[in-house]
Amino acid sequence: MKSAVVQLPGLNRDRDMIAALTKIGGKAPVTVWQTETEIPADVDLIVIPGGFSYGDYLRCGAIAARMPVMQAIKAKAEAGVKVLGVCNGFQILLEAGMLPGALMRNASLKFVCKEIRLEVTNAETDFTRAYEKGQILRCPVAHHDGNFFADAETAARIEGNGQVVFRYAEGTNPNGSLNDIAGVINERGNVLGMMPHPENLIEAAHGGSDGRGLFASALDVIAA
Amino acid sequence: MIKARVTVTLKNGVLDPQGKAIEGALSSLGFDGVGHVRQGKVFDLELQTADKAKAEAELKDMCEKLLANTVIENYTIALA
Repeated sequence: MKSAVVQLPGLNRDRDMIAALTKIGGKAPVTVWQTETEIPADVDLIVIPGGFSYGDYLRCGAIAARMPVMQAIKAKAEAGVKVLGVCNGFQILLEAGMLPGALMRNASLKFVCKEIRLEVTNAETDFTRAYEKGQILRCPVAHHDGNFFADAETAARIEGNGQVVFRYAEGTNPNGSLNDIAGVINERGNVLGMMPHPENLIEAAHGGSDGRGLFASALDVIAA
Repeated sequence: MIKARVTVTLKNGVLDPQGKAIEGALSSLGFDGVGHVRQGKVFDLELQTADKAKAEAELKDMCEKLLANTVIENYTIALA
């Protein structure tokens, strides 16, 4: 299983993401720059990490979503390649129209940087099969615009389809997200976006490893 | 050259935490009787064309592709 990490000006979680993929997958991901128009043919998982691409100007992720590399990522997603967007990566996937909904300013208007509890609400995806449905994970969040919103019709559809993969566990919603939604997958099940940072909880030095399962699932190394 | 102003506002029903905060700040400054406050964005653009219809079509395209996120926002276009 070969992975790729996207690098854009202003993203700053790429190193953490590369470390997580390397440690859990056993080999380093390739990196893909904003101007590239092709993703290497043998890549099975593309990850857009967190940060503040293009200074969060206009709207978080809005400018990144229109860079040439996103056309290449869209084409790969349509061909069935797995795509994971974390934090700013989630915002970029939404702005690119690859996932339903939008992320708005946190209801508190404050940047939140803390650990929350994350409930796995769908453990049957390619990204979550290492977990159990209903399992509660510890996971850090760090964002200013993580307040998930979708109109009533879209919200009903994604809830009904099981596209809500992660929810903030009761009492830990840090941003006012609709239905405590923390992570959403596309209908086909190969594009996942989430606000929390599983890459920052993968080993003892982080104080826990609850985030490992996501990468083990996505990289298909559950047995290892 | 044509000058244009694009105004982007949140759709009805979309929660606007910043508008709410401004509402609260106005009230604490003693401005009574202020109802809902909604925040938006204004873009002033200069277009190198004299063709108004073309300008309008192009601006609409710009709004759909970049200036507004039509999942949560509406836009209006005004030519000077």
